Amino acid sequence: MRVEMRHIYKSFGPVRALQDVSLTVEAGTIHGLLGENGAGKTTLMKILSGYLRPDRGEILLNGEPVRFASPADGLRYGIGMLHQDPLDFPTMSVLDNFMMGCENGFWLDRQRARRALQELARLFGFDLDPEARVDRMTVGERQQLELLRLLRQGIRVLILDEPTTGISAPQRAQLFDTLRRLAREGKTVIFVTHKLEEIEELCHRVTVLRQGRLAGEAAPPYSPRRLIEMMFGRSLSKPERRPALPGEPVLQIQNLIAGDYRLRLGRVNLTVRSGEIIGLAGMEGSGQHLLMRVCAGLIRPWEGCICVRGRDLTGKPYCAFLDAGVLFVPANRLEEGLISGLTLTEHFQLVYPTGGYLINWERARAEAQRRIQEFNIRGEPETMVEALSGGNQQRAMLALIRKPVHLLLLEHPTRGLDVESSMWIWQQLKEQAQQGAALMVISSDLQELLEYCDRIIVFFGGQVSEPMNAEELTTDQLAQMIAGYGWRG
Amino acid sequence: MTPEWIFGLAGVLVAAAPLVIAVVGETLSERAGVVNLSLNGAMLLAAMVGFAAAVQTGSLELGFLAATMIGALMALVVAFASLTLRQSQVAVGLVLALLGRDLAYFLGSPFMNIPGPRVGPLPIPVLKDLPILGPLLFQQTPTVYISVLVVVAAWIWMFRTRPGLVLRCVGERPSAAFGRGVPVTRVRYGYAVLGGALVGFAGAAYILDFKGGWQGPISGMDGIGWIVLAITIFGGWHPVRGAFGVLLFALLQWLSLVVQPSLPGIPPQVFYVVPFPLMIFALLLTNLGNAEWVQMALSRLPESRRRLAFRILHSLRVSPPAGLGMAFKEE
Ligand SMILES: Nc1ncnc2c1ncn2[C@@H]1O[C@H](COP(=O)(O)OP(=O)(O)OP(=O)(O)O)[C@@H](O)[C@H]1O
Ligand SMILES: [Mg+2]
Repeated sequence: MRVEMRHIYKSFGPVRALQDVSLTVEAGTIHGLLGENGAGKTTLMKILSGYLRPDRGEILLNGEPVRFASPADGLRYGIGMLHQDPLDFPTMSVLDNFMMGCENGFWLDRQRARRALQELARLFGFDLDPEARVDRMTVGERQQLELLRLLRQGIRVLILDEPTTGISAPQRAQLFDTLRRLAREGKTVIFVTHKLEEIEELCHRVTVLRQGRLAGEAAPPYSPRRLIEMMFGRSLSKPERRPALPGEPVLQIQNLIAGDYRLRLGRVNLTVRSGEIIGLAGMEGSGQHLLMRVCAGLIRPWEGCICVRGRDLTGKPYCAFLDAGVLFVPANRLEEGLISGLTLTEHFQLVYPTGGYLINWERARAEAQRRIQEFNIRGEPETMVEALSGGNQQRAMLALIRKPVHLLLLEHPTRGLDVESSMWIWQQLKEQAQQGAALMVISSDLQELLEYCDRIIVFFGGQVSEPMNAEELTTDQLAQMIAGYGWRG
Repeated sequence: MTPEWIFGLAGVLVAAAPLVIAVVGETLSERAGVVNLSLNGAMLLAAMVGFAAAVQTGSLELGFLAATMIGALMALVVAFASLTLRQSQVAVGLVLALLGRDLAYFLGSPFMNIPGPRVGPLPIPVLKDLPILGPLLFQQTPTVYISVLVVVAAWIWMFRTRPGLVLRCVGERPSAAFGRGVPVTRVRYGYAVLGGALVGFAGAAYILDFKGGWQGPISGMDGIGWIVLAITIFGGWHPVRGAFGVLLFALLQWLSLVVQPSLPGIPPQVFYVVPFPLMIFALLLTNLGNAEWVQMALSRLPESRRRLAFRILHSLRVSPPAGLGMAFKEE
């Protein structure tokens, strides 16, 4: 189906999210949508799927003007969207989530749905337990589930809002193959991403947005420099690599075994020194998030011990870890990191109170303004955190890091961030390391891990590799290990 | 000869029937995300109107119909105030709860203590002659059978049909349901009204069957609505568990009456409140799987058995519909 959006405008109160944006996507093509954080990509796609209504402008499908009052209308025309933050039902089972919206008929046929789910999952190499509750899964797995559901729904126009942020390299290759196949079948695919190499690999055409306006279009062969200029209005340069100078051990893990209801992680022996950045790689749910949460003091290990700066914290409550200077920045921004319904100022007040019991709002506002500027957040002190674009939420999370911090644990710190913001975040992290903090970072972007981390450990099904020197590794080697090759025993 | 206690137990079923129906009604409503706090008032008003209608027309069916409509109407007010006017469900529900009760007592005074029609037993042929089970289950009044049917139907609806899945999803996360093409507000209206209708029916069942007449404030009905609300929560928003909650509650109440004469030293109030802490204890047991020490203890088991144990504990766990009482605006 040929999709045309013409002269779309959309404002949220004073924020002009989209101004005069037009987009044409031919049937049977994969169309990329690029743009910095807050450029309006998600807003544009929500309008196309019927989730939001434009203030002005029209949508044409195969040349016919259509008007969507709700996503139900969009779905009727076969337009389905994979949302950036999975829009699913956390307390329900994977199977229920899968069936919701893609089953018709009065009776639920669980057996059939389960078979369909398992078949699709096998096709992609995803490992999803139909009975597991969705809130026990990682964001990446939830995205996988949503993707499978949309495919099952028989969508004609598939919108993917940053679908690759939560899946590993081998799974991404599978996904790309499927998208290409869908396009060959005549389906229309719109692919929102921040990663230029994905655009190069996959997209037949790309549209770039900048600050709510159309910045341009491009067709292959793409020039990454040119795309970056279109996105940011200027070119960027990569920071140079500086070798780390590891100092005292900050985190010592000995003989650790931990687990949750489906995975057993063990045994881990690891020492992280100050000034060092350790990257954790692995498919979603291989144990890296579990280790992170054990180190953060959120999950108690079954066996073994954890010392932070020489103090044994095994079995101690979360606040003891906080006191020891351990800070955990979770991936699930809106559920675990930020508080919906509170403004930026209020968030900063929670972490850095100005004054005593009474809040001096004027000073608080000025303080918030300062931090907003320092961390380059696109928003006002009064902005509710849930109204920030994904990238800006991530910046806000980093702005909330309390000092002094000795051990910084980050899950997907650059998930959903544009190139510039990712570079900026890594620069911040490097700075933290140089000031003596030890960092552990989970990321599904192997290149970024290799580029910025000093050592890397790989997880596979609860097994943990020895730390490996990042400079001696290649992406291919890493991808192999993540997929389970080259493990002893 | 049928032993005495069989009749006692059969009485427990009769006493439980209206509560079971009301719990299912409230469960449906809350699953869709609407808390109908007016329950207590709605049940009283529906019961009174149902009785009055039955007396005036001489028809039990019309009495039940009138009560059902009153219940639906009260729920419609709550739904309208919260879904359309975007007012607090809690505040509106509380006010209606008080209003309904006072209205019932005021309007019902002419019908107090007058004779009226009453639902009679409806023994089921053949089955009624079974030993023990016959007098216990198959010589009951129609409302008891209906209460069982309502529970089974609600369970099938919620967990075996597609509209039921939609219902659970709407209460869980309305924005996501909306994203999948569900008309959230309409669904919420529908279930709120359906739930209210069941609550109204339950009110009529209480008076026209269990009590057999309207006695105003001494009908012993005031407070039942609050218990229903509590049991809806104990039941984990699950119709079958809710029904068992009601049965447990009714059984404990009956037991405390049975035991009371043999323990004269204990004040009777104790017997009246004992069922409540016992219910809370039951709830604690179902949420055992969340406790860290349980997980630690289970970690010693071999892998496959550990998973099984976790799964069982997990399935026992309850959590409220996440979208309960939350407003949702469709863009
Ligand atoms: N519900 C909302 N209320 C108010 N402002 C909003 C809302 N949704 C988005 N915005 C604003 O609209 C602008 C565009 O946001 P959008 O989410 O479309 O950006 P994006 O390009 O998807 O960014 P990202 O790459 O970070 O996901 C941002 O400035 C954002 O703050
Ligand atoms: Mg976005």
